[in-house]
Amino acid sequence: MKDVKKRSLPVNSASTSSIDFTGPNGPKPKRVFSTRNIVVYGFLILAAMYYLLPLYVMVVTSLKGMPEIRMGNIFSPPMEITFEPWVKAWDSACTGLYCEGLKVGFWNSVQILIPSTVISIVIASVNGYALSFWRFKGSEIFFTILLFGAFIPYQVLIYPLVIILRETGLFSSLAGVTLVHVIFGMPILTLLFRNYFASVPVELFKAARVDGAGFWRIFGQIMLPMSLPIFIVAIIIQITGIWNDFLFGVIYAGTKNFPMTVQLNNIVNSTQGVKEYNVNMAATLLTAALPLFVYFVSGKLFVRGIAAGAVKG
Amino acid sequence: MSSVSINDLSLSFGNVEVLKSLNLDVAEGEFLVLLGPSGCGKSTLLNCIAGLLDVSAGQIFINGKNVTWEEPKDRGIGMVFQSYALYPQMTVEKNLSFGLRVARLPKDEIRKRIDRAAEILQIQELLKRKPAALSGGQRQRVAIGRALVRDVDVFLFDEPLSNLDAKLRTDLRVELKRLHQRLGNTMIYVTHDQIEALTLADRIAIMKDGLIQQLDSPKTIYNRPDNRFVAGFIGSPGMNFIQGSLAFIDDSWFFQSRDLSVSLATYPFTQQPIEGAPVEFGLRPEHVLIGQNVADLPVQLNLDIELVEPMGADTVAWSQLSGTSFTLRVDSDTALSSGQRILAGFDPVRASVFLSDSGIRL
Amino acid sequence: MFRNLHSKIAALPMIATALFIFVGCSLWSVFYSFTSSRSLPVEKFVGFDQYIRLFKSSRWAISIENVAIYGVCSLVFSLSVGFLLAVFLDQKIRFENTFRTIFLYPFALSFIVTGLVWQWILNQNFGIQKVIQDLGFEGFELNILSNRDYAIYAIVVAGLWQGTGLVMALMLAGLRGIDEDIWKAARVDGIPAWRTYLFIVIPMMRPVFVTTLVLIAAGIVKVYDLVVALTGGGPGVSSEVPAKYVYDYMFGRGSLGQGLAASTVMLTTVLIILIPWGYMEFGERREKKKPASE
Repeated sequence: MKDVKKRSLPVNSASTSSIDFTGPNGPKPKRVFSTRNIVVYGFLILAAMYYLLPLYVMVVTSLKGMPEIRMGNIFSPPMEITFEPWVKAWDSACTGLYCEGLKVGFWNSVQILIPSTVISIVIASVNGYALSFWRFKGSEIFFTILLFGAFIPYQVLIYPLVIILRETGLFSSLAGVTLVHVIFGMPILTLLFRNYFASVPVELFKAARVDGAGFWRIFGQIMLPMSLPIFIVAIIIQITGIWNDFLFGVIYAGTKNFPMTVQLNNIVNSTQGVKEYNVNMAATLLTAALPLFVYFVSGKLFVRGIAAGAVKG
Repeated sequence: MSSVSINDLSLSFGNVEVLKSLNLDVAEGEFLVLLGPSGCGKSTLLNCIAGLLDVSAGQIFINGKNVTWEEPKDRGIGMVFQSYALYPQMTVEKNLSFGLRVARLPKDEIRKRIDRAAEILQIQELLKRKPAALSGGQRQRVAIGRALVRDVDVFLFDEPLSNLDAKLRTDLRVELKRLHQRLGNTMIYVTHDQIEALTLADRIAIMKDGLIQQLDSPKTIYNRPDNRFVAGFIGSPGMNFIQGSLAFIDDSWFFQSRDLSVSLATYPFTQQPIEGAPVEFGLRPEHVLIGQNVADLPVQLNLDIELVEPMGADTVAWSQLSGTSFTLRVDSDTALSSGQRILAGFDPVRASVFLSDSGIRL
Repeated sequence: MFRNLHSKIAALPMIATALFIFVGCSLWSVFYSFTSSRSLPVEKFVGFDQYIRLFKSSRWAISIENVAIYGVCSLVFSLSVGFLLAVFLDQKIRFENTFRTIFLYPFALSFIVTGLVWQWILNQNFGIQKVIQDLGFEGFELNILSNRDYAIYAIVVAGLWQGTGLVMALMLAGLRGIDEDIWKAARVDGIPAWRTYLFIVIPMMRPVFVTTLVLIAAGIVKVYDLVVALTGGGPGVSSEVPAKYVYDYMFGRGSLGQGLAASTVMLTTVLIILIPWGYMEFGERREKKKPASE
């Protein structure tokens, strides 16, 4: 093809002769330290420092001993690294009444998280599928009510729910708080799945119907296998949302079953005893570990999740 | 003097070379069309001319001025985009005047230019409307108007008609041609639609892989394509290509293939042919004739019709020749049916012969 | 009735939640806010007494004032800073992913964690105040956590730290959704970047702004955990917020009717925000259905 290249250059010397070929040639030179770059990167770096500072302070504080904390300042790196605060936070920090550390709360949170996530996603995915392909009279009205439900301040609903749970014997139990999470996760998750299934070509659904498949068979054999990404988004929303919950845990779980966030707050804000800031920060980091892990692993999917999950408020 | 000159222009994104040391001269008042398949670099080239992309090497001149490092607004160009790119929250009038107001032109001058553009494009009644209230064709007119009010010498069009439906596309094509006749500006127009290219252009530059394959008038491009790619790209249905080789018999060159031997005595060779070289013999479907006319033609052959496609104005018939499919285009009044054997003929002067390996025209 | 039976069965949890929880429980709360219920709900109606008591309460007045301060500051700063961050990230910069990850990670954290970290950073004995005093600025004071007038601003700072990343992410998605040709057209027209943002891009992003605004507003009304973790409503009641008022009266003080009245006021406020927005959204959609005539 070499020759083609040569031939393709138009020979038009008559017109080019009048042009002065000196002057700018090639890419426009760019200065690394242009005003624009300084402003842009300066602003971004300053902002990044503001966002990173608390994380940094948490980490260094949790690795210091109390004497060092009393002497030094919160930004200085630890002179002697100690993991004792972490051990204490996990194993023996006091919440005022008990001195069992965060581990109890951790396992409570796990026991709340897993069933809440699974049940809410199962229900919401089926709902979203029904709302996309099997509309019935009134289905959109129920959905609209559900969506508006996402904006109702929880404070309006918490007491009636206390009564419902008390009547059904679920109050002050892990099952009770799980049920509450399922209820409040439903609007946003249903919206998520409905929007996803709405983007699935309806021809696919029609073809399956023509082949004689019914409601559950189409869901299980056609829709489920193709919706893995949206399930992951839903899982991300639920894990961070449920793990970070405080209000439902403190109201519905009961003292024995307090999730990690509630225990963390009780440890740090307990009025008894000497404040151990290093243990507090280690406890805070331990509580933050799971959502942070999910965030850093999931990357772009997390962004997609929060864009949808933001409705949850 | 040429209006736009491109000198050894290259552009790479990372390791991908999108434009490869390209040269191009556009004469003043010329309508030049950049045509090619998607990914050939035609839009990239246009964006470089507009100053929307920074080049990797080479120079760009507009009206004799080196604008390689200039901002788009200082290059003396106006541009029209495929998606119209109208500012949706502004009325048509504001859309037209925004750039001028930013440049702090006097009010009456802005008024004058808008009135002129509105008159030329017949959009006077639309001035107070917002883009959302306009049809696709009206939006594109406003987009052209935005280029028009800039009072520039060079207009750049980036697939301006691709978002419109077929009927509207035809109408606007004619309007564009009229606009060019009236204004006489230099226009550079990117499209992948060969009909647009053939109807609008003074010259067409056919691009592939960041290179200009041929730069010529539509007629030359169509009838005497420089290489196999150009020949195959232009024309619908496409040119027939028959594989064969060249032979020198009795002081005369011949094209030989399984079913066909053609004397190339009258063929206008542009390069010295080589004996035995594998070549492709290209023939446009409409240059194959049937019926009474065949008798006078230098080459005659029998064809078995396999399929007939009536297209309205004419009919395309499919056959086989030397192991490849062979189409011919005949008047729609001609009675043809599949399975029929017909006598056809053509004049080798209208054919194109390409070297098989390099694709170059002989 | 039996058409789509499976679908109806599958949607039962949704229907039950929508009707019994969201509608039913809301009505229950509104209903009992007109009673004199103390520790347990009783059907003894007292008219608007609970509301009168509520609006005479100085603690409620402080709560309202605080949520207003928190709300205005959150809206103004998270929208402006979030948009600005998004704009800077949109300048084809290097390390865009790193920056985005940094700005957004606080959003993965709970309000409890957020509150506790900032409580530590703003600690008057060891926090920023001490660090700056140690640098030689001995007169420097930043003990806003123990200052009645400024405690709410500590909550604002912490809340912004946690939530601005979300606004940034939504705005960035909005910016990326703008047709590339619009930018090209503006450059050819010679419109400077800041003017393009101000007069072309921001108007085009109106739906993104409205949605973000509604999301932030809904979050503002609900703010609770952050206050509990950061200030506990103190010093005194100086950083109380309505959501905490409701909780304290319902569970802490055994004054259910009062708590329900406060929650009903919250619900009404949300509806006032939500209904015009819903009307706009659906009104616009209806408009869009009408195609522009050729």
